[in-house]
Formats: sequence, structure tokens, C-alpha cells
Amino acid sequence: MLSVRDLSARGIVTASFDLPPGACFALRGPSGSGKTLLLRAIADLDPAEGEVLLDGRPRALMDGPDWRRRVVYLAAEPGWWAERVDQHFPDWPSALPMAEALGLSPDMGRRPVAELSTGQRQRLVLVRALARGPQVLLLDEPTSALDEDSRDRLESLIKAKQAQGLAVLWVSHDPAQAARVASHSLVLEGGRVRAG
Amino acid sequence: MDYIALDWRDLAVASLLVMANAGLSLWLKLGIERRLLIAALRSAVQLVLVGLVLTTLFRLSSPLWTGLAALVMILLAGREIMARQDRRFTGWWSYGLGTVCIMTAASVVTVFALTTQVRPDPWFDPRYALPMLGMILGSTMTGISLGLHSLTKGAIQGRQAIEAQLALGATRSEAMRPILREALRSALMPVINSMSATGIVALPGMMTGQILAGVEPVEAVKYQILIMFLIAGGTALGAVMAVLGGLRRLSDSRHRLRLDRLRAD
Repeated sequence: MLSVRDLSARGIVTASFDLPPGACFALRGPSGSGKTLLLRAIADLDPAEGEVLLDGRPRALMDGPDWRRRVVYLAAEPGWWAERVDQHFPDWPSALPMAEALGLSPDMGRRPVAELSTGQRQRLVLVRALARGPQVLLLDEPTSALDEDSRDRLESLIKAKQAQGLAVLWVSHDPAQAARVASHSLVLEGGRVRAG
Repeated sequence: MDYIALDWRDLAVASLLVMANAGLSLWLKLGIERRLLIAALRSAVQLVLVGLVLTTLFRLSSPLWTGLAALVMILLAGREIMARQDRRFTGWWSYGLGTVCIMTAASVVTVFALTTQVRPDPWFDPRYALPMLGMILGSTMTGISLGLHSLTKGAIQGRQAIEAQLALGATRSEAMRPILREALRSALMPVINSMSATGIVALPGMMTGQILAGVEPVEAVKYQILIMFLIAGGTALGAVMAVLGGLRRLSDSRHRLRLDRLRAD
């Protein structure tokens, strides 16, 4: 269970909610309302006030990297730090089944990142995060560059991981997608998060 | 030592060359004659003043005044490091980081050389201490400037790559290792290059000066080698301190990237 208590990101966004294991909440709100700020604050990538707990354990008791291995944030435009795809994975062969579930070819691992399309990268970034076995996944528009088929595959993969206990907070601009993937909606408006 | 002292008249004769330059500028309408003459005058006045200051300091040979002169040189070098940064740290860090690092590195190396290799009597003899400090400062200043410049640039340009790793649970030293390496490389490259080229492309200024003053070339070479090693040591020490300090400042104890600690452009 991820518990967010009066978390305040740069004084712009304040949020309190509980995200149980295996659940997926959609986070919606107009552009510029601070959805990304909130996700970054939960992942502890920016300094923030308030308290965040995982299974009742305050994150202040864990060091930053330990926290972010459990609560993984996927940026809307994530970076790459090495040349080849497989260098971004702890163990590429064991990530292959997930990549294939997303319709990516197995020889993808040897390819330079620079040669990939935006859609390919967006799917690989999700596999890269899941390969580290997080408890909570914070997704920022994870299907913005995908066609319908790839998007459906990605949604199914996340569903399968939820069945194994993964909790997901999913920022989406598409109400239909929010309805498909999430059991609850959180709406961010005027700097506050409310149930939608 | 056979040494030919110059007369002021000799300098007046040499200044004809600068006048000729100015004449050339007038003739070809380059429009730089004023700047040229002012620059020549400035350099003459500045050097004469430095000469007077050094004469006084050498005569006094006091630890207090030598120390004060060294401090002024170090503080000016710190200011120069700050001035060369495109993106500065916020608050006191912008001046403090470079200045503390150059002060530590240059003092340690200068005192080390004075007390164990050159050994003038007294060890702080300004005739040795100040020129050696000056040479070490010059190169250490360049190393620290380049190192910090490359570090902040690397953190800004590599922000996505660094944060992508942090978001997956990497520590700050893992995520920032590439920019650390790049910063140290660019800090140390000039010293390495100048060491490999020295004596082939150009004779180093200090060695040339000693030879003109009547020192045997082999003795002058020994001094030059000593200075080169001191410069290399000072630059490495100062740059490593500054880059590691900068790296810590650009991140925090929760292993977050803190670009907010750089001033906006």
C-alpha cells in the first residue's frame, strides 16, 4: 500500500490518498495542473513536504535509491544513458518475454537507442522499469506515442503485473483509457487532488 | 652570473615596434590603434607596479606580507574561476567552491615544494614563494574552471539520462559517473597536452627567463621540470576537489539531481 499524506510539491500541488497493491488509479487534470510534479514528488525526485509511506514504512527511513527501486517513476520523455538498448537492462534476456508481449522483436537488444522510433522507445522504457520489479509504478502518459494495437498490449501487460501485486498511478489525458485501466480516478484541480 | 640589465632607453626603442603597429593600423584604417596603444600602456604600467610591489615584498621578506600577497592572488584566481562559469551555483557556492579548492590545492603544493624540494631560507622567502604560487595558481585556475564548466554543462544537458537512472534506483554517483569523468578529463587535458608539447613546440617562459638571467640551461630545465610536476599535481588536486564538491552540490543526500542549485541564465 502506497500512502500519500499531505504531500506538497513546491507548494503547487497537495495530495493525500492511499493506493492499494494491485490497484490502478488514473490521475487526470488539465495540462499544467502539476500531475508530473506530483509523480516526481512521490518518487522523491524533487524535494517535497509531507509524508509518503510504503506498507506503513515512511520513506524518510529508506534512502533515496532504495525508495525509487520500489516506487518507479516513468517520465513522459525518459532518458537513455548508454548506446545500446540492452545496456539499460539489468538482464536483457530475462526482460525479453515482456518486450515480446509488447510486440518488440527479440533482436532489439543489440540495436542502438538512436535508431529506434519514439513508439519503440516508449515501450522499452516500460519494460526497463518493470524489469526492476517495482511495487508501485508511476506512469506519465505511457502510451502517447503508440498505435491502438501497441497501446492495448501495453495495457494488458500492466494488468498482468497488477495481478501480481503491482500498484499503478497512471496519468492519462484520455478519459476512455482512464476508464479502461483504472478502478478509481484522482482529479488534480487548483493544486488539490480529489476523488473523481 | 652574466646578466645584461636593460636601460629605460632600451624599452623606448622597443616601443617603436608598437608605434609601428599603430601606424599600420592608421594606414590600413583598421581602427585598432587606440586600443593597441592603451593596451601597451596598461601592460607597461601594470608590470611596473607589480615590479615595485615585488621589490618591496622581497625587501621585507616578512611572513605576514608574503602571506597577504599570496591570499590576494588566490582570491583573485577564485574570482576568475567564477567569472568563467556559464552557469554558476546559487549563493556563496559560486565563489566559495572554486576559491576554497584553489586555495587548498595551490597552498598545499607550493608549501610542499618550498619545504621539501626548493628549500629557500626562510622557507617562505617571497622571491621563491610568490612566483611559484603564481605559476601553480594559473594552471590550477584553468583546470578548476574547465572542470566545473564541464560538470554543470554535463548535468544540464544530461539531465534526462541522469534522472532516468535515478528514477530506477541508481545512486547519484552511479548516475553522474559519466559527467564526472568528462569533467575531470577536460580539467586535466590542458596540463597533459602542455606537458607533452613542452620543449618541442615552445620553450617554457620560466625556463627561458632563467636562461636569459644566466642560469645554465640544464639547471633551468630542472626547475622547469619541477614546476611542471607541481602544476600537474596542483591542477589535479584542485580539479578533483572542485568537481567532486560540485557533484555533491548538484545532488543531495536523497540522491536527487538538484539543478535548482544553479542560477538561472
